[in-house]
Amino acid sequence: MMAHATEQSTVAAQTETPPRRRHVLDLDDFSRNEITALLDSAEAMHELLSRSIKKAPSLRGKVVLTLFLEPSTRTRVSFEQAGKMLSADVINISGSGSSAEKGESLLNTALTLQAMHADLIVIRSPHSGAPYFLARNLQRMGVVNAGDGRHAHPTQALLDLMTMRHHVGGLEGKRVVIVGDVLHSRVARSDVFGLHALGASVVLCGPPTLIPLDLLHKGEGDSLPDVSVEHDLDRAIEDADAVIALRIQQERQGAGMLPSMREYTRRWQVTEARYRRAKPGALLMHPGPMNEGVEIASSLAHGPGSQIEEQVTNGVAVRMALLYQLLTGGQEEAAE
Amino acid sequence: MSRPILITGARVIDPVSGSDRTGDLFMRDGVIADAPDATPGDALVVDGKGLVAAPGFIDLHTHLREPGFEDKESIETGTAAAAAGGFTTVCAMPNTSPAIDTAAVVDFITHRAREAGPVRVLAFGAVSRGRKGVELTDMEELARAGVVGFTDDGSPVATGLLMEHALLYAGELGLPVMDHCEDHSITAGLGMHEGAVASRLGLAGYPSAAEESLVARDIALLGLTGGHFHVAHVSTAGGVEMVRNAKGRGLRVTAEVTPNHLTMTDEWVLGVNGSASGIARPLSLSAYETRAKVSPPLRSRSDRDALVEGLRDGTIDAVATDHAPHTFGDKATPFDEAAVGISTLETAFGSLMSLVRAGAIDLPTLVARLTLGPASVLGERFANLASLAVGTPADIVLFDPEERWVVDVSRFASKGKNTPLAGQTLQGRVRMTIAGGEVAFREAGQ
Repeated sequence: MMAHATEQSTVAAQTETPPRRRHVLDLDDFSRNEITALLDSAEAMHELLSRSIKKAPSLRGKVVLTLFLEPSTRTRVSFEQAGKMLSADVINISGSGSSAEKGESLLNTALTLQAMHADLIVIRSPHSGAPYFLARNLQRMGVVNAGDGRHAHPTQALLDLMTMRHHVGGLEGKRVVIVGDVLHSRVARSDVFGLHALGASVVLCGPPTLIPLDLLHKGEGDSLPDVSVEHDLDRAIEDADAVIALRIQQERQGAGMLPSMREYTRRWQVTEARYRRAKPGALLMHPGPMNEGVEIASSLAHGPGSQIEEQVTNGVAVRMALLYQLLTGGQEEAAE
Repeated sequence: MSRPILITGARVIDPVSGSDRTGDLFMRDGVIADAPDATPGDALVVDGKGLVAAPGFIDLHTHLREPGFEDKESIETGTAAAAAGGFTTVCAMPNTSPAIDTAAVVDFITHRAREAGPVRVLAFGAVSRGRKGVELTDMEELARAGVVGFTDDGSPVATGLLMEHALLYAGELGLPVMDHCEDHSITAGLGMHEGAVASRLGLAGYPSAAEESLVARDIALLGLTGGHFHVAHVSTAGGVEMVRNAKGRGLRVTAEVTPNHLTMTDEWVLGVNGSASGIARPLSLSAYETRAKVSPPLRSRSDRDALVEGLRDGTIDAVATDHAPHTFGDKATPFDEAAVGISTLETAFGSLMSLVRAGAIDLPTLVARLTLGPASVLGERFANLASLAVGTPADIVLFDPEERWVVDVSRFASKGKNTPLAGQTLQGRVRMTIAGGEVAFREAGQ
């Protein structure tokens, strides 16, 4: 039977930092303290990355599985590298070539992997909520969400927060613009919860076809905390401290959601002229993979304001901090 | 022949005559009879004190799954579930495999139902051959085999033109066309209401407009063709309003609503059973509750309120369960991949009683929407199923309107354990069901 109601809910309704987190499903249950502590830890991990010998023994003997049921390069490699640098054994499973391709259900795949005594599973799924489904069905294995459908991508949000905090300092009262395909973006949703926890405000900007309807109309209550919607990027970007441009997928045009990439670029590309309306030195970010010359003008994407490569580096650091926290509780177990 | 049955001292509600009295109810030889002066020695005497006796409930919309999906349900288990829920007549939906699109399949179902037990099984035939939405079925042959209407349920009647022809042809046979009103070009078969909850969960939404646009299409066609259009499982305030308006214009349109849509909202998908948790709070591990995934989806509170009002004022003729049993594996998946539907027969009455207790509808009206309402949708020849007059079929439900009970799906007669009500307490319980003068269900201790 599905262990629905009986499951003790580690993520529900807490406001204080929990004693020991088992799962990371989204940032909606992270307090400011928990995020801050994690980012501090990530700074230390970042330092390890710049050493010539990039290895620490902290997670020796721990097994981390990555189950990616959707194409991904940076996130999967980032988790793998993060685990290996801390000496965990990292085993990668992809959708194709695994039993998922033979029609095995996600539940049975996960139960099988749990039976092999892995400590943690990192999952990427095209289905919103898949990590919650795993978390309530796996009794002995922690779950980390590496992106589920259009719902959440908490480690991407953490690396975005780390990048912003590094350059801007405290995020309280800061103004962040997220522009592009908000409707389908798990990055946008998790960014909003993380930024909200740290006291920043968010402006969502994009075509009306790519903004969730409830936010467009402000009808039945807000599904995201403290966001505003502004379709005109010239206005949205005014005095912004940071701009996050989301990837636009070519398929949206075929699905009738966008007139053309040309029209999208004309209205929602972060151009030099638009960037000048933001605060001087405003950060320019993109979760990748970027369409060159679409979401961000090429000159900007490769210019001094761009944090895109630093985001990737911070991604490894944040995931190291997260794996360390989840697998040791922040305290290395004494060697036998 | 079965034993005579005497129910003593019950509150007896007869929706056809409108009588609501306390007294006895006697039946023998499969029909209601005048109580004799002396109780026959072989009679089964049931103490009805504190209980309500009414005509057995009639379900216009039941997925019995047989033939083709016997791992989900069979005619035997589905009719047992019906009896446990107080239903003495169920209408089998034709989205079986093969579909109910030939007389041979109707005969098979009739035969299996007779083997299974006393609950009456009627069948809807498919509108289109193979439910493919292209050619009409042999409707007259199906009618002669006994179908009580036509539907491609699970899917809408695929095109306006096909619906026009179905209304004309079925109308000439005096049978309703039931439509599952869902514009697939908008929904692509989703199980989540478009709204803030869907947005919060990152699930693509099935907007109310996708139902309303097809209800509007079908009502417009009905004005053109005549005949009888029945709206399956209406779920939106807009749909109710259109039916109200069309009835006001004298069109033969009828509608049904499920107990689920009358008592639950899209917030149930958050996994906290509708408690006002606020969608901006952290999601619980129970979020993406696949057991609350149903088509049409559970909708907003204002839709639910409009459905209750429509049921009360008679715009909606009948409660129908849309009983949709599924296996464990069908639901043990991420939300997107889960099958749609709720196993409803055995909880229907208990959840509907919450409306009575809330003062939204009175008990005789609720009983009428479970008996006379659906009988009227089926047509004049079925009116006696909702009557307690002498000589009408001895199809009786005996229920305790006050008893509290915990929904234990392991005790379900249905193979489908898929309900978000599992583990919840309901108030109002079926104690006994008599079908054709035989005891079809009896709660332990009764």
